[in-house]
Amino acid sequence: MADPPAPLDLAARLRSLTIARVGLGRVGAALPTRPMLDFQLAHARARDAVHAALPIGAIAIAGHAVIDVRSRAVDRTCYLHRPDLGRRLHPDDAALLPAGEPDLAIVVADGLSAVAVERHACALIAALLKRLPHWTVAPIVVARQARVAIGDEIGAALRAKIVVVLIGERPGLSSAESVGAYITWAPARGRRDNERNCVSNIHPPNGLDYANAADEIATLCRAARDAGRTGVLLKDFAGDRLPDAAPPR
Amino acid sequence: MSARHIDLAGTRHRFDGLAHVLAAATPLRSGDTLAGVAADSAEQRVAARWLLADLPLTTFLTEPIIPYETDEVTRLIVDTHDTAAFAPLASMTVGALREWLLADTTDGAAIAACARGITPEMAAAVSKLMRNQDLVAVARKIQVVTAFRDTIGLTGRLSVRLQPNHPTDDPTGIAASILDGLLMGAGDAVIGINPAGDSVARVATLLAMIDEIRDGLAIPTQSCVLTHVTNTIELVRRGAPVDLCFQSIAGTEATNRSFGIDLALLHEAQDATLGLARGTVGHDVMYFETGQGSCLSADAHHGVDQQTLECRAYAVARAYRPLLVNSVVGFIGPEYLYDGKQILRAALEDHFCGKLMGLPMGLDICHTNHAEADQDDMDTALTMLGVAGVSFIMGVPGADDIMLGYQSTSFHDALYARQVLGLRPAPEFEAWLAKVGLTDPAGRLSDTGGTALASQSIPALTALLG
Repeated sequence: MADPPAPLDLAARLRSLTIARVGLGRVGAALPTRPMLDFQLAHARARDAVHAALPIGAIAIAGHAVIDVRSRAVDRTCYLHRPDLGRRLHPDDAALLPAGEPDLAIVVADGLSAVAVERHACALIAALLKRLPHWTVAPIVVARQARVAIGDEIGAALRAKIVVVLIGERPGLSSAESVGAYITWAPARGRRDNERNCVSNIHPPNGLDYANAADEIATLCRAARDAGRTGVLLKDFAGDRLPDAAPPR
Repeated sequence: MSARHIDLAGTRHRFDGLAHVLAAATPLRSGDTLAGVAADSAEQRVAARWLLADLPLTTFLTEPIIPYETDEVTRLIVDTHDTAAFAPLASMTVGALREWLLADTTDGAAIAACARGITPEMAAAVSKLMRNQDLVAVARKIQVVTAFRDTIGLTGRLSVRLQPNHPTDDPTGIAASILDGLLMGAGDAVIGINPAGDSVARVATLLAMIDEIRDGLAIPTQSCVLTHVTNTIELVRRGAPVDLCFQSIAGTEATNRSFGIDLALLHEAQDATLGLARGTVGHDVMYFETGQGSCLSADAHHGVDQQTLECRAYAVARAYRPLLVNSVVGFIGPEYLYDGKQILRAALEDHFCGKLMGLPMGLDICHTNHAEADQDDMDTALTMLGVAGVSFIMGVPGADDIMLGYQSTSFHDALYARQVLGLRPAPEFEAWLAKVGLTDPAGRLSDTGGTALASQSIPALTALLG
């Protein structure tokens, strides 16, 4: 057997095998200063992402109009306390949405990371639209202080067959910029989470890239149109054609 | 449901029923506000406590807060109430129970003897009359001891769940985190993985990998992959090395159904796991996780406050002789527990109420990035829970769970708590640490632990140790 590794070598080896914070060393029971500050930096970035606002004009797609709407959560503090209000469209903003009966509505929601959608949503939408060339698409709706279910009310107002909500996911320490995509057939208030399909962890270069994410979302949209449903029931209908479900959290 | 009122300083405070009194008496937290059951004002909150203080404990036996006919958790609570254990408390009010628990003349053994007589609603009620220091002082008296391959919960001990999660369940990455934790003296509560994927085949692979390490190094601890009980039943059937059976549980039948379980299924899973007879110093095989807010999250709270519902989950837990019960207190997010103050309060309540009801309580002292909390809040909660005698906490590399995306306590944090409070690992595990050279004769961690473990030949560790 080879000589056992010295402690420093072992720490380096462990670190090469996982992105977990292993082999950090210790001073007494505590962390050395550098890994302590590494953690604080990652946490600070995640905190900043939670509280960042999505700037007006940040979402722009050539050839597509953009409509800005609000949820009923008046600010971030309210949004964090009251998920129910983040799921509802502001009553004054429903009138902004034309009932054009499109095949597809796309909603960009700030969610828990405006930074994520600011960085990734435009490129993802462009990649998705390229994959659905003959579909009619509503103006892109940008929803602030919004949770996934706000897409139900928006999709219903637009009379869209399918709504895709692209939303900033809860920031983790390893990424504060991850987007999730939620696909819902026949959007209407009161849809349950098991009536949606989800593609999560979209954040190139470390997470899912735009091309693969757009492939998965487009596949789900086509399957939903064929089946006339999304969610658990879509999986039953078209199981082998669908991408693997996201792991449970 | 009988209405109640109390007159305080010229104001009459009315409450619709027992559930309303309990909810209004609860220290402020966002989940109760979201559910619409929180007190209307700070004064009403204290008025509810005045009213609660004078309520006889027997009230909770005659007025179920969720109907017996429609909820099997209520039926479990009522049908298994131990009147002999309750006898010493039978004439007390909630306020008198608080004073009895705190009295110098009441020791831990006396409290433990009453555990099966204390319903979850009684535990919740008395906790609402207690300050944080009361929750610490009483919990500290109570010793709840359980065992499988080592002994958890002895006074003066603090055990650690080694939580080596990985976003893709990569066995080498997980093994690296396990080794890192062992070198820091963690893992005596359980080596427990939350899998990213829930397939039975994947879980079986992980169970085999942990078992190889545990068996190869002769570690007196237990392993667990935290998957649904139906998966565990299937894994037992396939002959996988299942030590513990894990399940998330809650305090109402409807919430448990949303988790895909009922009480009968838990019994079936417990029996299957017991049948493997893998324990050495004991046969407590169940590992439960809970957390305030899960019933509201499942839209099945019946107008009851989240802390009372949490205690009802403990009534479920104690029907199955668990080795470990863990409240994952800050995981659910700020709409249930908004900030460090609310998380701390809930953590101390959960620990106290669980111990009062006779459970081996551990705490996942944790927060998400959208809660108003940081590591300073975790340090405060950890220190207070250590003083309170918490049975076990989590050990996550660097406090950063890279799979679940939240922050818990680290191997370092556990070491800190043991050092500043003079707490030691489970006795069998402590002896193992010394025997393999991970600690010196004084019980201090060695800096050359990797060398000690490298003399073993374990395939799962070969890539790590060279």
